[in-house]
Amino acid sequence: MSGFPWISVLTLVPIAGAIVVLAVGAASHTVVRRTALGFSLIALALTLLLWYGFHPEANGYQYQEMHPWISMLNANYHVGIDGLGLLMLLLSAIVTPIGMLASRQVERQVSLYFALMLLLQACLFGTFTALSFIHWFIFWEMGLIPAFFLVRLWGGPKSAKAAMQFLVYTMVGSITMLMSFLAIFLATRSFDFVDIGRMAQSGRLMPEIVARLGWHLLTPEHTAMVIFAGVFLGFAVKVPVIPFHTWLPLTYTEAPTGTTILLTGAMSKMGLYGFLRILLPCFGVQMQHVLTPLLWLAVATIVLSAYTAWAQTDLKRMFAYSSINHLGYCILAIFAVAKFTGTDAGLMSQKFAAMDGVFLQMFNHGLTAATLFWFIAMLEKRSGGVRGLNDFGGLRRVMPVFTGLMGIALFSSLGLPGLNGFIGEFLIFKGSFPLVTWATALSVLGLLITAIFILGILQRVFYGALPEVWAQLPDLTVGERLSLVPVIGLMFVLGLYPQLVLGVVNHTAMQMALTLRNF
Amino acid sequence: MDVMGYGQLLERAWPEIIVVLTAFVVVACDLVAFRRATAGARFGAAVAIGAAGCVGAVWKLMASAPVMNQTSMMVDTPLTRLVQAGLLVLTIVVLLLSVGAQFTEHVGEFVLLVLLGTAGMLFLVAAQDLLAIFISLELLSLSLYILTGFDKASPRSAEASLKYFLFGGMSAAFLLFGFSLLYGFSHSTTLSGIAMAVHEQPHNPILMVAMVMAVVGFGFKIAAAPFHFWAPDVYQGAPVQSAAFIASGSKVASFFIFFQVMVLGFAGAEGSASLTRMTSGWVPILVLVSCASMLLGNLAAIAQMSLRRLMAYSAVAHAGYMLLGYVAHTERSLAALLYYVVTYSLATLGVFGVLAVTEKANGDDSISGLSGLSRRAPFLSFCLAIFLLSLAGIPPLSGFFAKFLLFTSVLAAAPGSMLLLWLVVLAIGMSAVSLFYYLRVLKRVYVADVEAQAAPLRAPVFGQVVIGFLAASVALLGCAPDLLLNALVGVVRASGL
Repeated sequence: MSGFPWISVLTLVPIAGAIVVLAVGAASHTVVRRTALGFSLIALALTLLLWYGFHPEANGYQYQEMHPWISMLNANYHVGIDGLGLLMLLLSAIVTPIGMLASRQVERQVSLYFALMLLLQACLFGTFTALSFIHWFIFWEMGLIPAFFLVRLWGGPKSAKAAMQFLVYTMVGSITMLMSFLAIFLATRSFDFVDIGRMAQSGRLMPEIVARLGWHLLTPEHTAMVIFAGVFLGFAVKVPVIPFHTWLPLTYTEAPTGTTILLTGAMSKMGLYGFLRILLPCFGVQMQHVLTPLLWLAVATIVLSAYTAWAQTDLKRMFAYSSINHLGYCILAIFAVAKFTGTDAGLMSQKFAAMDGVFLQMFNHGLTAATLFWFIAMLEKRSGGVRGLNDFGGLRRVMPVFTGLMGIALFSSLGLPGLNGFIGEFLIFKGSFPLVTWATALSVLGLLITAIFILGILQRVFYGALPEVWAQLPDLTVGERLSLVPVIGLMFVLGLYPQLVLGVVNHTAMQMALTLRNF
Repeated sequence: MDVMGYGQLLERAWPEIIVVLTAFVVVACDLVAFRRATAGARFGAAVAIGAAGCVGAVWKLMASAPVMNQTSMMVDTPLTRLVQAGLLVLTIVVLLLSVGAQFTEHVGEFVLLVLLGTAGMLFLVAAQDLLAIFISLELLSLSLYILTGFDKASPRSAEASLKYFLFGGMSAAFLLFGFSLLYGFSHSTTLSGIAMAVHEQPHNPILMVAMVMAVVGFGFKIAAAPFHFWAPDVYQGAPVQSAAFIASGSKVASFFIFFQVMVLGFAGAEGSASLTRMTSGWVPILVLVSCASMLLGNLAAIAQMSLRRLMAYSAVAHAGYMLLGYVAHTERSLAALLYYVVTYSLATLGVFGVLAVTEKANGDDSISGLSGLSRRAPFLSFCLAIFLLSLAGIPPLSGFFAKFLLFTSVLAAAPGSMLLLWLVVLAIGMSAVSLFYYLRVLKRVYVADVEAQAAPLRAPVFGQVVIGFLAASVALLGCAPDLLLNALVGVVRASGL
């Protein structure tokens, strides 16, 4: 399958879709919805084709395309995927149709809404496939624009503030990251992630930067640390890592639920992807220097977000904080992997496990969180926007199917063995515990609290006395049931047979863990 | 020194001659053939002839190889040719945007003045001699003063024109005084002759005075703070087309010649603005002017209620960014500067093009008047969004690459310089501020509630085509910067600094 520009085509499909959707904007809302959904399904089919043609055992990137682009900056249009990229593509391709199906309530400017969603998907594809900083950064930044307007125009009552906060926070992170990459470029004359990673692993990157830039007021170590901090901030805001998370609850709560699904399911992975693709290969030494504070950040992210989620009364806000919590596990594992550089076989196997766990967790969280927000969208549609934890009760009597299916998703989020959430978290804890014992031990608290508040949701929403107002709440329609089947099925499949994903990403995970050997 | 005969000079000045002749043809046709025609038809004919003349001049520029003579009064290098061609293209766009304008009866004279100003810009770009520079600059400026006051029915236009003229006269006096000091100092009027004298005694006090005077004079032309006071009034008072001309072509030419004078003429007197070892020269002066422009332009733009004034202050801010290219003064930074100023001009022309339509409908240029434009004129709103986001430097539009290339070239010019680093940090921070006020306009356009009675905006199809072309070029140059950049890098390298 080499030669054909599969990845460029994949990125172009949603863009073409956005144009078509805008063009048929005058048609009925149903036509617009179906067209948009159709394009996102084409993208999904293309991604599955890529998955089918992918060689899991091959080294390096596949489906590569490389064209000279801006000669003055020595920048190329370079795209390609490894196991991680492929997994993220698949996740984006799955989450986008879910987001669209959950956007039934959108009634105003429907064609613009779906065009922006498709545009956001194109930016996700672009980010997850780019191997050169410039166009990676373009997609990264451009993703903000549709997200901003989706939150601003179709969001809840405080959407103006939410959209602004979201934009300003991520923008600040982007700017510091841009500055750091400028410094790297000035020293290395390269924007290519592969080149920069190779330089870093041979230990030449930082000496080169210090020699070329040599800011006299800073020692070489500090120069390297400043550059690392710039990039770190960009990703930490996006994931988010506590204390850079304050934009998230408001944004997730105020955004229309379909958009929240995209934000949490796919966009939050952009930050983690940056951690894996850029920080780990290029800044491993710097991460080791400040590993203890970084681990504290990871523990804080896991534990504090779980406690905060427990204290919420708005279901959307609860899941927003729980999202931070779940991604915190990935952060913890990434830091754990960065700790040791030896070639000791025992350490290596733990690092592989943690790395595999990160990949699985990223995919599973995307799937589970998107599904949970989807259930909230369906609930909101029936209740007329009410989604408080204490507003419901006894719903299982009027909506048994809804209760059952959402229960599965909730248990998956909680990490019940047999469902997809379990295996990723298990691998992360198994791998991280020997590497960073105290931090992992503290993080277990997060698991416990998550279990508590998720059981609390089950209890307060689905059990107990049924309030009079909700006595006529309709259960899921046939269409909804049918569209939920593949997602819930995937949760079981991945829970029982994680090898489906692991088989594809395992080799990439090993390579990533191995590159850290050669500092 | 190689003395140029009149024959040679005429030979070399063919593009300029074509433009001037076209200008007279336009007036003659307008006065003779179209006296009784409607204003629309007269504008159409005049613009067609004027644009044809500009196309002819571009063709003439492209047809022959440059002479590459560096020592005469006028030079002819691939670099000057490319800049001249760019200026002619910008003029053509200004002319096309004027079709259908209603602010004047004197169609022929309007086009004449635009073309004469263009001739002045073409001479200015090629000039390497103080006298030639001054005369071309005056030819350009006088055309602009009159163009500013061209709307005779509007007192504001007259006021702006007078202000522009008085400030301009003052700054021309400064410039001339500086030039006379330079002549006394170096006994030469050519930039290369001055450079030789500067090389011998780079710290002469007279030289310093002359340098400051030159910065004042040119700083006025490029609207850098604190010489920017004319800009808001002129941008607001002048007819839209004149304002577009002032904001685009005349900026490109002025930035180019300013760079030439500083880097070629004052070569050797750069000085250093390093925080620890500061020495006198033009770099520290420009650092101050640049910082002042970035800060004042961006902060003042926040408070504006009128889109035109906002554009004026944003022009001040952009002048501040572009001056960073002077501070670096390398070949790369010149190429980046030219890319910046060209893409900036395209976006600015686009904004004024949209303004021409909305002002006709709304009667004023207030930002609040743009409320709900997205529903009244979706296409124009989309183009306006592209222009403003490009000015703010959002990827993948050309404004992002312009800033990116400029800042990289600045940082690459003197590795390890804390000063340049801080300047770039300030510039990036200020770009973030600029995003705020550009988005404020777009928020009006897209988010604000529209009144019930708002009817769809009637926009001429031709104007929409021109605006769409501008938006497409802003986006295209962003996605494929190499289209323009390779040419710029090539000619800068071929012409040398």
